[in-house]
Amino acid sequence: MDKNFAARRRRDLIIAAGLAGLAALAPLFVKDVYVQNILILTLMYAALSQSWNILSGYCGQISLGHALYFGIGAYTTELLFTKFGVLPWFGMLGGGVIAALIAMGLGYPFFRLRGHYFVIATIVIAEIGLLLFQNWEWAGAAMGITIPIRGDSWLKFQFLRTKLPYFYFALALCCLAWFVTWWLEDSKWGFWWRAVKDNPEAAESLGVVVFNSKMGAAAVSAFLVAIGGAFYAQFLAYIDPESVMGFQFSLLMALPAVLGGIGTLWGPVLGAAILIPMTELTRSYIGGSGRGVDLIVYGTLIVLISLALPQGLVSLFSRAKTKGATR
Amino acid sequence: MGLLYGLIAVGLALIFGLMDVTNFAHGEFLMLAMYLSFFLFAFFAIDPLLSAPLVAAALFVFGAVIYLLIVRFAMRAKANAGMVQIFTTFGLAIVMRGLAQFFFTPDYRSIPQSWLGGKTISVAGIFLPEPQLVGALVSILAFVGLYFFIHRTDFGRAIEATREDPGAVALVGIDKNRVFAFGWGLGAALVGLAGAIMAVFFYIYPDVGASFALIAYVTVALGGFGSVFGAFAGGIIVGLVEAVTALVLPPSLKSVGIYAVYLLVVFIRPRGLFGSM
Repeated sequence: MDKNFAARRRRDLIIAAGLAGLAALAPLFVKDVYVQNILILTLMYAALSQSWNILSGYCGQISLGHALYFGIGAYTTELLFTKFGVLPWFGMLGGGVIAALIAMGLGYPFFRLRGHYFVIATIVIAEIGLLLFQNWEWAGAAMGITIPIRGDSWLKFQFLRTKLPYFYFALALCCLAWFVTWWLEDSKWGFWWRAVKDNPEAAESLGVVVFNSKMGAAAVSAFLVAIGGAFYAQFLAYIDPESVMGFQFSLLMALPAVLGGIGTLWGPVLGAAILIPMTELTRSYIGGSGRGVDLIVYGTLIVLISLALPQGLVSLFSRAKTKGATR
Repeated sequence: MGLLYGLIAVGLALIFGLMDVTNFAHGEFLMLAMYLSFFLFAFFAIDPLLSAPLVAAALFVFGAVIYLLIVRFAMRAKANAGMVQIFTTFGLAIVMRGLAQFFFTPDYRSIPQSWLGGKTISVAGIFLPEPQLVGALVSILAFVGLYFFIHRTDFGRAIEATREDPGAVALVGIDKNRVFAFGWGLGAALVGLAGAIMAVFFYIYPDVGASFALIAYVTVALGGFGSVFGAFAGGIIVGLVEAVTALVLPPSLKSVGIYAVYLLVVFIRPRGLFGSM
């Protein structure tokens, strides 16, 4: 078992490196800006979903309020940049740290709650954040913030003529989130989280400090999501509360992980790789009519995938493998 | 207003609270009911008050069919059943919004004249808008009815028992799917009733449900899962808190008060006010 586990982890790492290498070469072949855009969004959602998966998948604390951390990352970066001229790179880290601190501060009362009470509390807190930002005059209120154009540079992480730097950053973020998950999977924390998810009482009795391990998962998860938010803000060059903190973001972060396989290493990447292009393509090819056909198709697909594969798309692979093994 | 929230929440209290099935499409059920009410008025000139039983009946069938076609299978999932339910019903909500846009167009609609619309009644010198008053009355009746239904009839007890232990009820001859399909129908019929009354004084558009759905979840959770009385109390508290918040804070922040009260309550009582689960 131990040998298999180590071998599987090594194999995962090699596959990931290979995929990342292939992805890094993609811009050589993909010159179309529209397709590049889809690739960037796919990588970003893969990274976000991977981060969400740490708290909700591995540790089992289903959060539907991660839009809060996403928005905090975006707003910290842009407020520091537009009001104080702080470079986005520092804002990004600052946003991550603030989000992680908020996640721990919220975790203190939140982690006493269970089941639906917890899920609704996460939705509600993100909704409060959204309403507060919508009414905060200094932060642009509902109008949001337009990021001033200062010319293309890595220093200011702003590019108008090309999307490639955004692509590479999204790829790096996705790799980082994957690697953190990979690394945590085999760490003390990773085992603690899975124990907490399966049976918190038993874990506690065996010496796992349930509360602290939930806090750790929340902090890591919030930090990475906030970095994603900062990236998204720079990428769009415009943010408003609804577009970075809306409830749909919380769902969009959770959806790839759920469709791909919640609490698995590959689920979020796989889910995002299928879901995001599908979303964008239905929106642009059949959404133009404004009559909601794209919503009908998109919603139907979500229903069908959730019903057909409750354990996510990764279960297809493991099923094929067990079949092969028994034969 | 609080009793209206209560009315929307009572259907959800049955589905979400008593049967423990997450329904993210509850707001869309409301939207559908409002449109039905609107079209019955527009094409057949039936006043929303008269058509309310028709709408409720239609929603009953709709809810039961949705259960049998979709939700039944979502509940069968062995792994992470909660997430499967959330995203199945979320997908359903998106489909319903899309269908509403397709067939009804995204235009805002309203019922211009009805028996109740815009009229007020004076009770001891206080003027109350009639539609809200009727809504409050219907809401109280619905709660009392549901309370007796759950606690005094075999069928109501069957619903609760089925949630507790589907295996054991099968042994005593209760068909889980029939019980739950009926429960879903009833829950949908109640929200249908709410929709029919609200159609009189709210604009009707495909996304109308979303704004009410979250408040309905909060109402049910505030009162506590598994308690009909809790959802009723939750509705009243939510309405009062909203009114008070609107006095103190700008109107755009009125929901913050509701959310803050929810958090406060569950921090002190993690099972909601009257929850049993």
